[in-house]
Amino acid sequence: MDFAIISIYFISILAVLLRGGVAEAGAAVTEGTLDALRFAPQLAAALCLWSAVAELLERGGAAAGLSRLMTGPLRRLFPRGARDGETLSALSENLGANMLGLGNAATPAGIRAARGLVRLGARAELNTLVVLNSASVQLLPTTAASLRASLGSASPFDITPAVWVSSALALLVGLIAVRALNGGGS
Amino acid sequence: MLAAALCAAARGADVYEAMTAGAKKGLLVLWSVLPSLLVIFPAIRLLRASGLPELLGSALRPAFSCLGVPEETGLLMLLRPLSGSGALAAASELMRRYGPDSLVGRTAAVMLGSSETSFYVLAVYFSAAGARDDGRALPAALLADLTCFLASAWICRILWG
Repeated sequence: MDFAIISIYFISILAVLLRGGVAEAGAAVTEGTLDALRFAPQLAAALCLWSAVAELLERGGAAAGLSRLMTGPLRRLFPRGARDGETLSALSENLGANMLGLGNAATPAGIRAARGLVRLGARAELNTLVVLNSASVQLLPTTAASLRASLGSASPFDITPAVWVSSALALLVGLIAVRALNGGGS
Repeated sequence: MLAAALCAAARGADVYEAMTAGAKKGLLVLWSVLPSLLVIFPAIRLLRASGLPELLGSALRPAFSCLGVPEETGLLMLLRPLSGSGALAAASELMRRYGPDSLVGRTAAVMLGSSETSFYVLAVYFSAAGARDDGRALPAALLADLTCFLASAWICRILWG
């Protein structure tokens, strides 16, 4: 990841130095840094507000409720893993937290589920779990909406239906692909 | 927000404590992305001053317009699977420059909101589970990311284009 950013940085610096000299490069760096610093407090305000709402949702039992709803579909996606009660509950906890965008709660549950799948010898289902976590549907895109709110959007959450459709399509394609790569059935 | 607070209170949660805990998590997110903002915002300024985007843009424009994806989102799509904070910084730069309610701004927000940092997810899960990557999860995850980017661009163009 760092490689991509750093190469962009160095190639651009070289090009600016060749075109406009040191002064122009210096101005660009200064302006960019100031932009970032000006943006930080706005971003903090929106992130704190929506993280507080997410925390309330989590403690209000929304994640637990979603997890229960997800148990059925999970039995189909993880036929071997679902036979083990502990792994099934970790899987549903992971998916429920992911759908609410609660990354802090999703990862530990996901790791428990991953270890369970390995213990059960369900190697193909571990791939499914990884894809499920790298392309999961988020019901409330709080981070993206926080960014929009901090930049003065009229209605930050109006992208939500678009996020549902796009992430559902991505998830569908990801699951079909991993099933095909895993070799059909399992 | 009120509904969330009432729901939490009804379950006997301490609403004030929950909200401050949530705000703290928000600050932690800011703390983790601020270094990326401080590097990527100047990098994008430099990139724009260099004139390279125009050069690259004229070369890649046919491909982007053929796919129906705004070419401004190129950097965001490149960073998204690699770095969560980098993608957040790139998306916020786009929303700042074009406006959060512009087509480019909305497309960036939808791309950011409907995808994950795939390489990071893969690394975390495989290392935690003590399993070797058998080369099947990554192509599927990247194919999902690609689907997400194309779908985001198309839906935004249909809804707000």
